[in-house]
Amino acid sequence: MSSILDLDLASARSALQKKEVSAVELTETYLSVMSSNDHLNCYITSTPEKALDMASKSDHRINSGDALPLDGIPIAIKDLFCTDGVLTTAGSHILNGFIPTYESSVTENLWEHGAVMLGKCNMDEFAMGSANTTSYFGAVENPWRSDDRQKSPLVPGGSSGGSASAVASRLALAATGTDTGGSIRQPGSFCGIVGLKPTYGRCSRWGTIAFASSLDQAGPLTRTVRDAAIMLKAMAGHDPKDSTSANLQVPDFESALTNDVRGLRIGVPREYLLDGMPSEIEKLLETGIEMLRTAGATIVDVSMPHTKFALPTYYIIAPAEASSNLARYDGVRYGLRIEGDNLDDMYEKTRSVGFGAEVKRRILIGTYVLSAGYYDAYYLKAQRVRSLIKQDFDLVFDNVDVLLTPTAPSDAFAIGENDDDPIKMYLNDIFTVPASLAGVPAISVPVGLSKNKLPLGLQIIGKMFDEELVLRVGGALEGMAGFKSRPAGGA
Amino acid sequence: MSLDKGTVKRVAQLARLRLDDEQLEKTAEELNKIFTWIEQLDEVDVSNIEPLASVTGHSLPERMDEVTDGNYPDRVLSNAPDRASNFFTVPKVVE
Repeated sequence: MSSILDLDLASARSALQKKEVSAVELTETYLSVMSSNDHLNCYITSTPEKALDMASKSDHRINSGDALPLDGIPIAIKDLFCTDGVLTTAGSHILNGFIPTYESSVTENLWEHGAVMLGKCNMDEFAMGSANTTSYFGAVENPWRSDDRQKSPLVPGGSSGGSASAVASRLALAATGTDTGGSIRQPGSFCGIVGLKPTYGRCSRWGTIAFASSLDQAGPLTRTVRDAAIMLKAMAGHDPKDSTSANLQVPDFESALTNDVRGLRIGVPREYLLDGMPSEIEKLLETGIEMLRTAGATIVDVSMPHTKFALPTYYIIAPAEASSNLARYDGVRYGLRIEGDNLDDMYEKTRSVGFGAEVKRRILIGTYVLSAGYYDAYYLKAQRVRSLIKQDFDLVFDNVDVLLTPTAPSDAFAIGENDDDPIKMYLNDIFTVPASLAGVPAISVPVGLSKNKLPLGLQIIGKMFDEELVLRVGGALEGMAGFKSRPAGGA
Repeated sequence: MSLDKGTVKRVAQLARLRLDDEQLEKTAEELNKIFTWIEQLDEVDVSNIEPLASVTGHSLPERMDEVTDGNYPDRVLSNAPDRASNFFTVPKVVE
């Protein structure tokens, strides 16, 4: 039986505008499947009253002929975006009870386009994690179940795990995520959906809780590439309140989706083929190469020699920025406060209780690499290597239009796996971190299934502010891959 | 290089985090593994390479130095764990 939940965002938009379904009806359907799928733990907070209120306003506009582009589209928001009057946690205990009195620019843009908020999605604490197992509010489940590991629930990837699981489980039509080193793309790959990290500066960071400010970028998680184009158009735009926000017109990303890749030069960096990587990942990449070649693209073997240094570079720069950003959580102005004998005692007690193990680990790494005597050896060195990584991208884009790589080195793993080995967990982001360090846009598109019958994605990386081409090639790949598999769990 | 317990303790103090003896031991071990892995960056020759702090390539925008926001102490203080009239409170610092 076909259900209203089968509509992707683009189809729901057209059904709403044609009044085949009302915004309230669509929203009620989503709210009902959200409450019957609590065990997935996708949402930290659901906002049914707000959702119905927004939906009824959408219906009013649609009925009076003043429909906004996203009117009546029920979406989920990663709990890193501050939402006025709605609990915002960043997946952490330290923000205990924090209710922002302002709205993040990205969510504000979405509401101004008529979107409806279903709730706030679970995530790794402060977006630090690749499995969504570091949240104070518990792990998120992936709706996909492995053939091989029937009994153990799988991770959705991270850090935007709640967002990805919600979209894959049909508990939201689309969701916002943030990506610092792969936090949109890797969960996209693990959950069999599309995840787009725009160019650094495309979406405003204002009102989004900071992790690593030179890397953080908001983007959409969606069922299709077209849906990602629609969401990005609504989320993006210049914002004077974020000094790194790009003062550029937002293109109509949807019109870039021509599916035409003829004549394009698509680079495949040989450094993304790792020793010891599962052969199915290499095979998936071969599949993608063949599809794009058949469609008329020229595949070019390229070299990006500093690729292998991206991950250790990231694990200096991101924790350094995080240790500085997270210094603000002191128990004085908002969130958790554990009283102490004196000011320092209160700070230490509050922070020791409020932060989880992974966040503390990264604060310590960051504090160490920024401390006197180590700054040059670690932080400055990492910034110099970052130059070389960016240079790799600049040089390769003189020769090719986009790059094609795997998104992640494996399929989804069981909850608890890798938790005791930080480096193994960090390696999840090996293919996503280089584009983050360079600031360039990248999309993950589901292309096939692993031997465990779990989704696997491929990544298209483009030039700065060339999301249009990234979406065009992503859309072509999506069309040829024809990924139609659905998870066992969810609605 | 190797981070001993004392170094971890000092770094934790700088970060206003408190670790007990057992946590110090475990954390030192974990951080040592991570830094050993990070040390592969020693292979990279970065002489004459400028550090990259921002990928945007443009300079920060400027605006008139004037107040554009504010004057709502209740909003600012609405999440304070403790407040006294229009002030945040902290434990007594000066005797």
